[in-house]
Amino acid sequence: MLQGLIHKMKRLGERFPQSLFFIMALSALSALALITIFIFIEGIPLIVKVGFFNFIFGMKWAPSLGQYGIFPMIVGTVLVTLGAIILGVPIALCCSIFLAEFAPRKLSNLVRPAIQLLAGIPSVVFGFWGLIFIVPAIRNYLGGPGLSILAGSIILAIMILPTVISISEVSLLALSPLLKEGAFALGATHWQTIRSVLLPAAKSGILASIILGIGRAVGETMAVIMVLGNAVALPSSILDPARTLTTNIGIEMGYASGDHQQALFATGIVLLVIIMLLNSIAQYAIRRK
Amino acid sequence: MGIRLNPKTTQKIAKAVIWSAAILVLFLLFSIIIYILSKGIPHITWQFLTQIPSDMGRSGGILSTIVGTLSVTLVAIIVATPLGVGTAFYLTEYTRESTITKIIRFSAESLAGIPSIVYGLFGFIFFVIYLKLGWSILSGGLTLAVMILPTIIRTSEEAIRTVPPMYREVSFSLGGTKWQTMIKVLIPSALPGIATGIILGIGRCVAETAAVILTAGSALQMPTSLFSPARTMAVHFYILASEGISLEKAFATSALLIILILLINIGANLLVNKFVAKGH
Repeated sequence: MLQGLIHKMKRLGERFPQSLFFIMALSALSALALITIFIFIEGIPLIVKVGFFNFIFGMKWAPSLGQYGIFPMIVGTVLVTLGAIILGVPIALCCSIFLAEFAPRKLSNLVRPAIQLLAGIPSVVFGFWGLIFIVPAIRNYLGGPGLSILAGSIILAIMILPTVISISEVSLLALSPLLKEGAFALGATHWQTIRSVLLPAAKSGILASIILGIGRAVGETMAVIMVLGNAVALPSSILDPARTLTTNIGIEMGYASGDHQQALFATGIVLLVIIMLLNSIAQYAIRRK
Repeated sequence: MGIRLNPKTTQKIAKAVIWSAAILVLFLLFSIIIYILSKGIPHITWQFLTQIPSDMGRSGGILSTIVGTLSVTLVAIIVATPLGVGTAFYLTEYTRESTITKIIRFSAESLAGIPSIVYGLFGFIFFVIYLKLGWSILSGGLTLAVMILPTIIRTSEEAIRTVPPMYREVSFSLGGTKWQTMIKVLIPSALPGIATGIILGIGRCVAETAAVILTAGSALQMPTSLFSPARTMAVHFYILASEGISLEKAFATSALLIILILLINIGANLLVNKFVAKGH
Protein backbone atom coordinates (compact mmCIF):
# COMPACT_ATOMS: atom_id res chain seq x y z
CA MET A 1 0.00 0.00 0.00
CA LEU A 2 2.82 2.35 0.91
CA GLN A 3 4.45 1.56 -2.40
CA GLY A 4 1.23 2.35 -4.19
CA LEU A 5 1.07 5.70 -2.41
CA ILE A 6 4.65 6.55 -3.35
CA HIS A 7 3.90 5.58 -6.91
CA LYS A 8 0.83 7.82 -6.91
CA MET A 9 2.83 10.71 -5.43
CA LYS A 10 5.47 10.25 -8.08
CA ARG A 11 2.89 10.32 -10.84
CA LEU A 12 1.33 13.41 -9.30
CA GLY A 13 4.79 14.97 -9.18
CA GLU A 14 5.14 14.29 -12.87
CA ARG A 15 1.70 15.59 -13.73
CA PHE A 16 2.08 18.74 -11.65
CA PRO A 17 4.74 20.40 -13.88
CA GLN A 18 2.69 19.71 -16.98
CA SER A 19 -0.30 21.65 -15.70
CA LEU A 20 1.99 24.33 -14.26
CA PHE A 21 3.69 24.79 -17.63
CA PHE A 22 0.35 24.83 -19.37
CA ILE A 23 -0.83 27.66 -17.12
CA MET A 24 2.42 29.55 -17.75
CA ALA A 25 2.03 28.98 -21.47
CA LEU A 26 -1.32 30.72 -21.31
CA SER A 27 0.41 33.92 -20.13
CA ALA A 28 1.06 35.27 -23.62
CA LEU A 29 -2.48 34.53 -24.74
CA SER A 30 -4.01 36.08 -21.61
CA ALA A 31 -1.80 39.15 -21.94
CA LEU A 32 -2.89 39.63 -25.55
CA ALA A 33 -6.54 39.19 -24.55
CA LEU A 34 -6.25 41.62 -21.62
CA ILE A 35 -4.53 44.25 -23.77
CA THR A 36 -7.19 44.01 -26.47
CA ILE A 37 -10.11 43.97 -24.02
CA PHE A 38 -8.93 46.88 -21.87
CA ILE A 39 -7.99 49.13 -24.78
CA PHE A 40 -11.30 48.42 -26.50
CA ILE A 41 -13.37 48.94 -23.33
CA GLU A 42 -11.74 52.34 -22.78
CA GLY A 43 -11.90 53.49 -26.38
CA ILE A 44 -15.15 52.14 -27.85
CA PRO A 45 -17.54 54.44 -25.88
CA LEU A 46 -15.96 57.50 -27.44
CA ILE A 47 -16.05 56.07 -30.97
CA VAL A 48 -19.75 55.33 -30.41
CA LYS A 49 -20.34 58.82 -29.02
CA VAL A 50 -18.55 60.65 -31.84
CA GLY A 51 -19.55 58.20 -34.55
CA PHE A 52 -17.16 55.79 -36.27
CA PHE A 53 -17.11 57.77 -39.52
CA ASN A 54 -16.55 61.13 -37.79
CA PHE A 55 -13.77 59.66 -35.70
CA ILE A 56 -11.82 58.04 -38.53
CA PHE A 57 -12.46 60.63 -41.24
CA GLY A 58 -12.90 63.74 -39.06
CA MET A 59 -10.46 66.48 -40.02
CA LYS A 60 -10.54 68.35 -36.73
CA TRP A 61 -8.86 67.26 -33.50
CA ALA A 62 -9.74 69.78 -30.81
CA PRO A 63 -10.25 68.01 -27.47
CA SER A 64 -11.17 71.27 -25.70
CA LEU A 65 -14.09 71.69 -28.14
CA GLY A 66 -15.03 68.02 -27.99
CA GLN A 67 -13.92 67.42 -31.57
CA TYR A 68 -12.14 64.15 -32.15
CA GLY A 69 -11.23 63.45 -35.78
CA ILE A 70 -8.05 61.46 -36.40
CA PHE A 71 -7.85 61.60 -40.19
CA PRO A 72 -4.84 63.98 -40.22
CA MET A 73 -3.00 61.53 -37.92
CA ILE A 74 -3.84 58.60 -40.17
CA VAL A 75 -2.46 60.55 -43.14
CA GLY A 76 0.62 61.49 -41.07
CA THR A 77 1.23 57.85 -40.12
CA VAL A 78 0.85 56.65 -43.71
CA LEU A 79 3.18 59.34 -45.12
CA VAL A 80 5.92 58.93 -42.51
CA THR A 81 5.81 55.15 -42.86
CA LEU A 82 5.83 55.29 -46.65
CA GLY A 83 8.86 57.57 -46.55
CA ALA A 84 10.64 55.24 -44.13
CA ILE A 85 9.97 52.25 -46.40
CA ILE A 86 11.10 54.05 -49.56
CA LEU A 87 14.34 55.17 -47.90
CA GLY A 88 15.01 52.18 -45.66
CA VAL A 89 13.98 49.05 -47.56
CA PRO A 90 16.45 49.28 -50.50
CA ILE A 91 19.34 49.86 -48.09
CA ALA A 92 18.15 47.05 -45.84
CA LEU A 93 17.78 44.60 -48.73
CA CYS A 94 21.27 45.43 -50.02
CA CYS A 95 22.56 44.85 -46.50
CA SER A 96 20.86 41.47 -46.19
CA ILE A 97 22.25 40.40 -49.59
CA PHE A 98 25.64 41.62 -48.39
CA LEU A 99 25.44 39.50 -45.25
CA ALA A 100 24.02 36.41 -46.91
CA GLU A 101 26.03 36.43 -50.15
CA PHE A 102 28.94 38.85 -50.43
CA ALA A 103 30.51 39.37 -47.03
CA PRO A 104 33.36 37.06 -46.02
CA ARG A 105 32.25 34.95 -43.05
CA LYS A 106 34.46 36.81 -40.58
CA LEU A 107 33.10 40.17 -41.69
CA SER A 108 29.46 39.12 -41.53
CA ASN A 109 30.07 37.79 -38.03
CA LEU A 110 31.13 41.32 -37.06
CA VAL A 111 28.44 43.20 -38.99
CA ARG A 112 25.54 41.11 -37.68
CA PRO A 113 26.02 42.08 -33.99
CA ALA A 114 26.49 45.70 -35.09
CA ILE A 115 23.07 45.63 -36.73
CA GLN A 116 21.65 44.00 -33.60
CA LEU A 117 23.14 46.88 -31.64
CA LEU A 118 21.28 49.31 -33.89
CA ALA A 119 18.05 47.59 -32.76
CA GLY A 120 19.06 48.06 -29.12
CA ILE A 121 19.66 51.81 -29.19
CA PRO A 122 16.83 53.56 -27.31
CA SER A 123 14.36 55.25 -29.64
CA VAL A 124 14.72 58.53 -27.72
CA VAL A 125 18.40 58.56 -28.67
CA PHE A 126 17.51 58.23 -32.36
CA GLY A 127 15.03 61.07 -31.93
CA PHE A 128 17.60 63.26 -30.22
CA TRP A 129 20.21 62.55 -32.88
CA GLY A 130 17.66 63.41 -35.56
CA LEU A 131 16.79 66.64 -33.77
CA ILE A 132 20.44 67.66 -33.76
CA PHE A 133 21.51 66.53 -37.26
CA ILE A 134 18.57 65.81 -39.54
CA VAL A 135 16.15 68.59 -38.53
CA PRO A 136 18.59 71.53 -38.96
CA ALA A 137 19.94 69.99 -42.19
CA ILE A 138 16.43 69.88 -43.67
CA ARG A 139 15.68 73.43 -42.46
CA ASN A 140 18.89 74.81 -43.96
CA TYR A 141 19.03 72.95 -47.27
CA LEU A 142 15.42 72.19 -48.15
CA GLY A 143 13.48 74.85 -46.25
CA GLY A 144 10.45 74.62 -43.96
CA PRO A 145 10.63 74.27 -40.19
CA GLY A 146 12.88 71.21 -40.34
CA LEU A 147 10.60 69.33 -37.96
CA SER A 148 8.86 67.43 -40.72
CA ILE A 149 7.56 64.25 -42.30
CA LEU A 150 10.91 63.90 -44.09
CA ALA A 151 12.82 64.06 -40.79
CA GLY A 152 10.50 61.42 -39.30
CA SER A 153 10.91 59.20 -42.37
CA ILE A 154 14.70 59.38 -42.25
CA ILE A 155 14.84 58.45 -38.55
CA LEU A 156 12.32 55.63 -39.02
CA ALA A 157 14.19 54.39 -42.10
CA ILE A 158 17.24 53.87 -39.85
CA MET A 159 15.16 52.32 -37.08
CA ILE A 160 13.51 49.68 -39.30
CA LEU A 161 16.85 48.54 -40.77
CA PRO A 162 17.56 45.81 -38.18
CA THR A 163 14.10 44.24 -38.58
CA VAL A 164 14.16 44.16 -42.38
CA ILE A 165 17.82 43.12 -42.61
CA SER A 166 17.70 40.23 -40.16
CA ILE A 167 14.48 38.65 -41.43
CA SER A 168 15.39 38.90 -45.12
CA GLU A 169 18.89 37.61 -44.39
CA VAL A 170 17.42 34.60 -42.62
CA SER A 171 15.12 33.87 -45.57
CA LEU A 172 18.04 34.16 -48.02
CA LEU A 173 20.20 31.83 -45.91
CA ALA A 174 17.39 29.31 -45.63
CA LEU A 175 17.39 28.68 -49.39
CA SER A 176 18.73 25.39 -50.66
CA PRO A 177 22.35 25.68 -51.88
CA LEU A 178 21.26 23.68 -54.94
CA LEU A 179 19.46 26.75 -56.32
CA LYS A 180 22.69 28.68 -56.39
CA GLU A 181 24.78 25.81 -57.73
CA GLY A 182 22.25 25.24 -60.49
CA ALA A 183 22.40 28.87 -61.57
CA PHE A 184 26.20 28.92 -61.45
CA ALA A 185 26.31 25.71 -63.50
CA LEU A 186 24.24 27.44 -66.16
CA GLY A 187 26.92 30.13 -66.33
CA ALA A 188 25.10 32.89 -64.43
CA THR A 189 27.17 35.50 -62.60
CA HIS A 190 26.76 35.84 -58.84
CA TRP A 191 24.54 38.92 -59.25
CA GLN A 192 22.41 37.28 -61.95
CA THR A 193 21.93 34.35 -59.59
CA ILE A 194 20.89 36.64 -56.74
CA ARG A 195 18.53 38.70 -58.87
CA SER A 196 16.87 35.99 -60.90
CA VAL A 197 17.03 32.97 -58.59
CA LEU A 198 17.67 33.77 -54.92
CA LEU A 199 15.56 36.91 -54.46
CA PRO A 200 12.48 35.42 -56.18
CA ALA A 201 12.87 32.23 -54.13
CA ALA A 202 13.09 34.17 -50.87
CA LYS A 203 10.20 36.44 -51.89
CA SER A 204 7.76 35.61 -49.11
CA GLY A 205 10.36 36.00 -46.35
CA ILE A 206 11.49 39.33 -47.77
CA LEU A 207 7.89 40.48 -48.03
CA ALA A 208 7.37 39.50 -44.39
CA SER A 209 10.45 41.48 -43.36
CA ILE A 210 9.10 44.58 -45.11
CA ILE A 211 5.67 44.20 -43.51
CA LEU A 212 7.24 43.82 -40.07
CA GLY A 213 9.33 46.92 -40.88
CA ILE A 214 6.10 48.78 -41.70
CA GLY A 215 4.75 47.58 -38.35
CA ARG A 216 7.76 49.01 -36.52
CA ALA A 217 7.48 52.32 -38.35
CA VAL A 218 3.75 52.62 -37.63
CA GLY A 219 4.28 51.75 -33.95
CA GLU A 220 7.29 53.92 -33.15
CA THR A 221 6.50 56.84 -30.86
CA MET A 222 9.28 58.62 -29.00
CA ALA A 223 11.74 59.13 -31.86
CA VAL A 224 8.95 60.47 -34.05
CA ILE A 225 7.62 62.85 -31.38
CA MET A 226 11.02 64.54 -31.28
CA VAL A 227 11.41 65.22 -35.01
CA LEU A 228 7.92 65.41 -36.51
CA GLY A 229 6.76 68.80 -35.20
CA ASN A 230 3.45 67.28 -34.07
CA ALA A 231 1.09 69.80 -35.73
CA VAL A 232 -2.48 68.53 -36.09
CA ALA A 233 -3.21 69.53 -39.68
CA LEU A 234 -3.16 67.81 -43.02
CA PRO A 235 0.40 68.18 -44.30
CA SER A 236 0.74 69.57 -47.82
CA SER A 237 4.37 68.60 -48.40
CA ILE A 238 6.96 66.28 -46.91
CA LEU A 239 8.65 69.35 -45.42
CA ASP A 240 5.57 70.09 -43.28
CA PRO A 241 5.26 68.99 -39.68
CA ALA A 242 2.68 66.29 -38.97
CA ARG A 243 1.34 64.06 -36.24
CA THR A 244 1.01 60.27 -36.25
CA LEU A 245 -1.41 58.03 -34.34
CA THR A 246 1.31 57.03 -31.87
CA THR A 247 2.58 60.55 -31.23
CA ASN A 248 -0.99 61.75 -30.70
CA ILE A 249 -1.20 59.35 -27.75
CA GLY A 250 2.35 60.04 -26.56
CA ILE A 251 1.94 63.81 -26.45
CA GLU A 252 -1.51 64.10 -24.90
CA MET A 253 -1.74 61.09 -22.59
CA GLY A 254 0.15 62.97 -19.90
CA TYR A 255 -2.64 65.44 -19.21
CA ALA A 256 -5.78 64.00 -20.85
CA SER A 257 -8.86 63.04 -18.84
CA GLY A 258 -12.49 62.10 -19.47
CA ASP A 259 -13.56 62.01 -23.12
CA HIS A 260 -10.15 63.23 -24.21
CA GLN A 261 -8.44 60.27 -22.55
CA GLN A 262 -10.97 57.88 -24.08
CA ALA A 263 -10.26 59.43 -27.48
CA LEU A 264 -6.58 58.55 -27.02
CA PHE A 265 -7.54 54.95 -26.22
CA ALA A 266 -9.72 55.02 -29.33
CA THR A 267 -6.62 56.11 -31.26
CA GLY A 268 -4.91 53.11 -29.64
CA ILE A 269 -7.65 50.81 -30.98
CA VAL A 270 -6.99 52.01 -34.55
CA LEU A 271 -3.26 51.48 -34.01
CA LEU A 272 -3.78 48.01 -32.52
CA VAL A 273 -6.02 46.92 -35.40
CA ILE A 274 -3.51 48.13 -38.02
CA ILE A 275 -0.63 46.35 -36.25
CA MET A 276 -2.52 43.10 -35.77
CA LEU A 277 -3.43 43.07 -39.47
CA LEU A 278 0.19 43.72 -40.52
CA ASN A 279 1.49 41.04 -38.14
CA SER A 280 -0.99 38.45 -39.34
CA ILE A 281 -0.06 39.10 -42.96
CA ALA A 282 3.65 38.85 -42.10
CA GLN A 283 3.21 35.62 -40.15
CA TYR A 284 1.19 34.19 -43.03
CA ALA A 285 3.94 35.15 -45.49
CA ILE A 286 6.64 33.58 -43.30
CA ARG A 287 4.71 30.32 -42.92
CA ARG A 288 3.82 30.04 -46.60
CA LYS A 289 7.32 29.05 -47.73
CA MET B 1 15.86 48.57 -71.62
CA GLY B 2 17.98 50.55 -74.10
CA ILE B 3 21.51 49.36 -73.46
CA ARG B 4 22.26 45.79 -72.48
CA LEU B 5 25.12 45.78 -70.07
CA ASN B 6 27.62 43.02 -70.02
CA PRO B 7 26.71 40.68 -67.09
CA LYS B 8 30.21 41.13 -65.69
CA THR B 9 29.77 44.91 -65.58
CA THR B 10 26.33 44.59 -63.96
CA GLN B 11 27.85 42.26 -61.40
CA LYS B 12 30.50 44.84 -60.57
CA ILE B 13 27.95 47.66 -60.23
CA ALA B 14 25.64 45.53 -58.08
CA LYS B 15 28.50 44.50 -55.85
CA ALA B 16 29.60 48.11 -55.39
CA VAL B 17 26.05 49.23 -54.52
CA ILE B 18 25.61 46.42 -52.02
CA TRP B 19 28.95 47.04 -50.33
CA SER B 20 28.22 50.76 -50.06
CA ALA B 21 24.79 50.08 -48.51
CA ALA B 22 26.44 47.95 -45.84
CA ILE B 23 29.10 50.58 -45.23
CA LEU B 24 26.41 53.30 -45.00
CA VAL B 25 24.53 51.35 -42.31
CA LEU B 26 27.69 50.80 -40.27
CA PHE B 27 28.63 54.45 -40.73
CA LEU B 28 25.22 55.59 -39.43
CA LEU B 29 25.45 53.27 -36.43
CA PHE B 30 28.93 54.37 -35.46
CA SER B 31 28.29 58.05 -36.10
CA ILE B 32 25.29 57.98 -33.71
CA ILE B 33 27.18 56.06 -31.03
CA ILE B 34 30.41 58.04 -31.27
CA TYR B 35 28.58 61.38 -31.34
CA ILE B 36 26.57 60.62 -28.19
CA LEU B 37 29.56 59.13 -26.35
CA SER B 38 31.95 61.95 -27.24
CA LYS B 39 29.46 64.62 -26.15
CA GLY B 40 28.31 62.79 -23.04
CA ILE B 41 31.26 60.99 -21.48
CA PRO B 42 33.08 64.20 -20.40
CA HIS B 43 30.03 65.07 -18.24
CA ILE B 44 29.79 61.68 -16.54
CA THR B 45 31.42 62.31 -13.18
CA TRP B 46 31.26 60.56 -9.85
CA GLN B 47 28.81 63.21 -8.62
CA PHE B 48 26.64 62.67 -11.69
CA LEU B 49 26.31 58.99 -10.84
CA THR B 50 25.84 59.34 -7.10
CA GLN B 51 23.73 62.45 -6.58
CA ILE B 52 19.98 62.87 -6.77
CA PRO B 53 18.81 65.29 -9.48
CA SER B 54 17.86 68.75 -8.33
CA ASP B 55 16.16 71.72 -10.01
CA MET B 56 14.25 69.43 -12.48
CA GLY B 57 17.51 67.74 -13.44
CA ARG B 58 19.36 70.95 -14.29
CA SER B 59 21.91 70.19 -11.59
CA GLY B 60 22.89 67.26 -9.41
CA GLY B 61 23.18 63.75 -10.77
CA ILE B 62 20.85 61.01 -11.92
CA LEU B 63 21.06 58.49 -9.07
CA SER B 64 17.30 58.22 -8.56
CA THR B 65 16.77 57.51 -12.27
CA ILE B 66 19.46 54.79 -12.20
CA VAL B 67 17.65 53.23 -9.25
CA GLY B 68 14.34 53.66 -11.13
CA THR B 69 15.70 51.91 -14.23
CA LEU B 70 17.19 49.05 -12.21
CA SER B 71 14.03 48.46 -10.20
CA VAL B 72 11.50 48.42 -13.07
CA THR B 73 13.88 46.18 -15.05
CA LEU B 74 14.30 43.82 -12.10
CA VAL B 75 10.53 43.52 -11.61
CA ALA B 76 10.05 42.86 -15.33
CA ILE B 77 12.75 40.15 -15.44
CA ILE B 78 11.57 38.43 -12.25
CA VAL B 79 8.03 38.22 -13.60
CA ALA B 80 8.72 37.50 -17.27
CA THR B 81 11.53 34.92 -16.93
CA PRO B 82 9.59 32.09 -15.25
CA LEU B 83 6.54 32.72 -17.46
CA GLY B 84 8.61 32.85 -20.65
CA VAL B 85 10.81 29.85 -19.85
CA GLY B 86 7.77 27.87 -18.62
CA THR B 87 5.96 28.63 -21.88
CA ALA B 88 9.01 27.51 -23.85
CA PHE B 89 9.15 24.22 -21.92
CA TYR B 90 5.47 23.65 -22.50
CA LEU B 91 5.84 24.29 -26.24
CA THR B 92 8.89 22.07 -26.67
CA GLU B 93 8.68 19.28 -24.09
CA TYR B 94 5.11 18.82 -22.99
CA THR B 95 3.01 18.93 -26.09
CA ARG B 96 2.87 18.16 -29.76
CA GLU B 97 2.16 20.80 -32.38
CA SER B 98 -1.56 21.42 -32.14
CA THR B 99 -4.13 24.18 -32.34
CA ILE B 100 -3.26 25.30 -28.82
CA THR B 101 0.48 25.62 -29.54
CA LYS B 102 -0.41 27.54 -32.71
CA ILE B 103 -2.56 29.92 -30.68
CA ILE B 104 0.19 30.38 -28.07
CA ARG B 105 2.80 31.08 -30.77
CA PHE B 106 0.45 33.45 -32.56
CA SER B 107 -0.14 35.33 -29.27
CA ALA B 108 3.57 35.62 -28.55
CA GLU B 109 4.34 36.85 -32.06
CA SER B 110 1.48 39.34 -31.90
CA LEU B 111 2.68 40.63 -28.53
CA ALA B 112 6.12 41.16 -30.08
CA GLY B 113 4.64 43.47 -32.69
CA ILE B 114 2.47 45.62 -30.43
CA PRO B 115 3.86 49.18 -30.24
CA SER B 116 5.26 50.25 -26.90
CA ILE B 117 2.82 53.16 -26.64
CA VAL B 118 -0.04 50.63 -26.72
CA TYR B 119 1.68 48.74 -23.88
CA GLY B 120 1.78 52.08 -22.11
CA LEU B 121 -1.96 52.61 -22.59
CA PHE B 122 -2.67 49.08 -21.41
CA GLY B 123 -0.36 49.32 -18.39
CA PHE B 124 -1.94 52.63 -17.44
CA ILE B 125 -5.54 51.46 -17.60
CA PHE B 126 -4.91 47.96 -16.22
CA PHE B 127 -2.12 48.20 -13.63
CA VAL B 128 -2.25 51.89 -12.67
CA ILE B 129 -6.03 52.42 -12.66
CA TYR B 130 -7.88 49.07 -12.60
CA LEU B 131 -5.57 47.21 -10.19
CA LYS B 132 -5.00 50.50 -8.32
CA LEU B 133 -1.21 50.14 -8.28
CA GLY B 134 -0.79 53.81 -9.19
CA TRP B 135 2.15 55.18 -11.14
CA SER B 136 4.73 52.92 -9.58
CA ILE B 137 7.75 50.71 -10.07
CA LEU B 138 5.39 47.75 -9.87
CA SER B 139 3.07 49.05 -12.64
CA GLY B 140 6.04 49.95 -14.84
CA GLY B 141 7.80 46.63 -14.22
CA LEU B 142 4.69 44.54 -14.88
CA THR B 143 4.00 46.42 -18.12
CA LEU B 144 7.58 45.81 -19.25
CA ALA B 145 7.26 42.15 -18.23
CA VAL B 146 4.41 41.70 -20.71
CA MET B 147 6.43 43.56 -23.33
CA ILE B 148 9.55 41.36 -23.04
CA LEU B 149 7.65 38.08 -22.61
CA PRO B 150 7.76 37.22 -26.35
CA THR B 151 11.54 37.79 -26.51
CA ILE B 152 12.12 35.42 -23.59
CA ILE B 153 9.71 32.80 -24.97
CA ARG B 154 11.35 32.83 -28.41
CA THR B 155 14.99 32.66 -27.29
CA SER B 156 14.25 30.01 -24.63
CA GLU B 157 12.31 27.90 -27.09
CA GLU B 158 15.19 28.02 -29.57
CA ALA B 159 17.67 27.19 -26.81
CA ILE B 160 15.69 24.17 -25.62
CA ARG B 161 15.13 22.92 -29.17
CA THR B 162 18.85 22.95 -29.89
CA VAL B 163 19.63 20.59 -26.98
CA PRO B 164 20.48 17.32 -28.80
CA PRO B 165 17.73 14.68 -28.39
CA MET B 166 20.41 12.26 -27.25
CA TYR B 167 20.73 14.15 -23.94
CA ARG B 168 17.07 13.49 -23.18
CA GLU B 169 17.30 9.83 -24.27
CA VAL B 170 20.31 9.17 -22.06
CA SER B 171 18.57 10.75 -19.08
CA PHE B 172 15.37 8.74 -19.68
CA SER B 173 17.32 5.53 -20.15
CA LEU B 174 18.99 6.09 -16.79
CA GLY B 175 15.52 6.15 -15.27
CA GLY B 176 15.22 9.90 -15.04
CA THR B 177 11.72 11.31 -15.01
CA LYS B 178 10.63 14.12 -17.29
CA TRP B 179 10.94 16.61 -14.43
CA GLN B 180 14.43 15.37 -13.46
CA THR B 181 15.51 15.45 -17.09
CA MET B 182 14.34 19.02 -17.34
CA ILE B 183 16.03 20.25 -14.15
CA LYS B 184 19.29 18.33 -14.50
CA VAL B 185 19.77 18.07 -18.26
CA LEU B 186 17.72 20.51 -20.30
CA ILE B 187 17.98 23.66 -18.18
CA PRO B 188 21.78 23.47 -17.77
CA SER B 189 22.40 22.88 -21.48
CA ALA B 190 19.89 25.51 -22.59
CA LEU B 191 21.04 28.03 -19.99
CA PRO B 192 23.24 30.25 -22.19
CA GLY B 193 20.39 30.56 -24.70
CA ILE B 194 17.86 31.36 -21.99
CA ALA B 195 20.28 33.89 -20.47
CA THR B 196 20.65 35.55 -23.87
CA GLY B 197 16.88 36.09 -23.97
CA ILE B 198 16.93 37.58 -20.48
CA ILE B 199 19.77 39.92 -21.40
CA LEU B 200 17.97 41.08 -24.54
CA GLY B 201 14.90 41.65 -22.35
CA ILE B 202 16.98 43.78 -19.98
CA GLY B 203 18.14 45.80 -22.98
CA ARG B 204 14.57 46.48 -24.07
CA CYS B 205 13.57 47.53 -20.53
CA VAL B 206 16.50 49.92 -20.18
CA ALA B 207 15.79 51.50 -23.58
CA GLU B 208 12.02 51.79 -23.22
CA THR B 209 10.40 55.18 -22.78
CA ALA B 210 6.80 55.34 -24.01
CA ALA B 211 5.52 52.37 -21.99
CA VAL B 212 7.29 53.38 -18.76
CA ILE B 213 6.39 57.05 -18.73
CA LEU B 214 2.67 56.15 -18.69
CA THR B 215 2.99 53.47 -16.01
CA ALA B 216 5.88 54.33 -13.67
CA GLY B 217 5.42 58.08 -13.99
CA SER B 218 8.21 60.62 -14.10
CA ALA B 219 8.73 61.59 -10.45
CA LEU B 220 12.31 62.59 -9.71
CA GLN B 221 12.36 61.56 -6.05
CA MET B 222 14.29 58.52 -4.94
CA PRO B 223 11.85 55.58 -5.01
CA THR B 224 11.40 53.99 -1.59
CA SER B 225 9.20 50.97 -2.34
CA LEU B 226 7.64 49.00 -5.18
CA PHE B 227 4.69 51.34 -4.95
CA SER B 228 6.71 54.54 -5.40
CA PRO B 229 6.55 56.30 -8.72
CA ALA B 230 9.89 56.42 -10.50
CA ARG B 231 11.60 57.98 -13.48
CA THR B 232 13.90 55.79 -15.56
CA MET B 233 17.05 57.04 -17.28
CA ALA B 234 15.46 56.87 -20.73
CA VAL B 235 12.46 58.90 -19.55
CA HIS B 236 14.77 61.36 -17.79
CA PHE B 237 16.80 61.78 -20.96
CA TYR B 238 13.63 62.34 -23.01
CA ILE B 239 12.38 65.03 -20.62
CA LEU B 240 15.79 66.74 -20.38
CA ALA B 241 16.18 66.81 -24.16
CA SER B 242 12.64 67.58 -25.30
CA GLU B 243 11.96 70.28 -22.71
CA GLY B 244 15.42 71.75 -23.17
CA ILE B 245 16.19 71.54 -19.44
CA SER B 246 19.88 70.78 -19.71
CA LEU B 247 21.68 69.69 -22.85
CA GLU B 248 24.79 68.77 -20.86
CA LYS B 249 22.91 66.42 -18.52
CA ALA B 250 20.93 65.04 -21.48
CA PHE B 251 24.15 64.10 -23.27
CA ALA B 252 25.61 62.54 -20.14
CA THR B 253 22.44 60.51 -19.50
CA SER B 254 22.23 59.29 -23.10
CA ALA B 255 25.92 58.36 -23.09
CA LEU B 256 25.34 56.28 -19.98
CA LEU B 257 22.35 54.60 -21.67
CA ILE B 258 24.44 53.82 -24.75
CA ILE B 259 27.26 52.38 -22.59
CA LEU B 260 24.72 50.15 -20.82
CA ILE B 261 23.21 48.99 -24.13
CA LEU B 262 26.71 48.29 -25.50
CA LEU B 263 27.58 46.18 -22.46
CA ILE B 264 24.27 44.33 -22.66
CA ASN B 265 24.80 43.56 -26.35
CA ILE B 266 28.37 42.43 -25.86
CA GLY B 267 27.22 40.19 -23.01
CA ALA B 268 24.48 38.65 -25.13
CA ASN B 269 26.89 38.02 -28.00
CA LEU B 270 29.51 36.41 -25.79
CA LEU B 271 26.82 34.07 -24.46
CA VAL B 272 25.60 33.20 -27.95
CA ASN B 273 29.16 32.43 -29.07
CA LYS B 274 29.70 30.28 -26.01
CA PHE B 275 26.47 28.48 -26.81
CA VAL B 276 27.56 27.90 -30.40
CA ALA B 277 31.08 26.85 -29.35
CA LYS B 278 29.62 24.20 -27.07
CA GLY B 279 28.57 22.38 -30.19
CA HIS B 280 24.85 23.02 -30.30
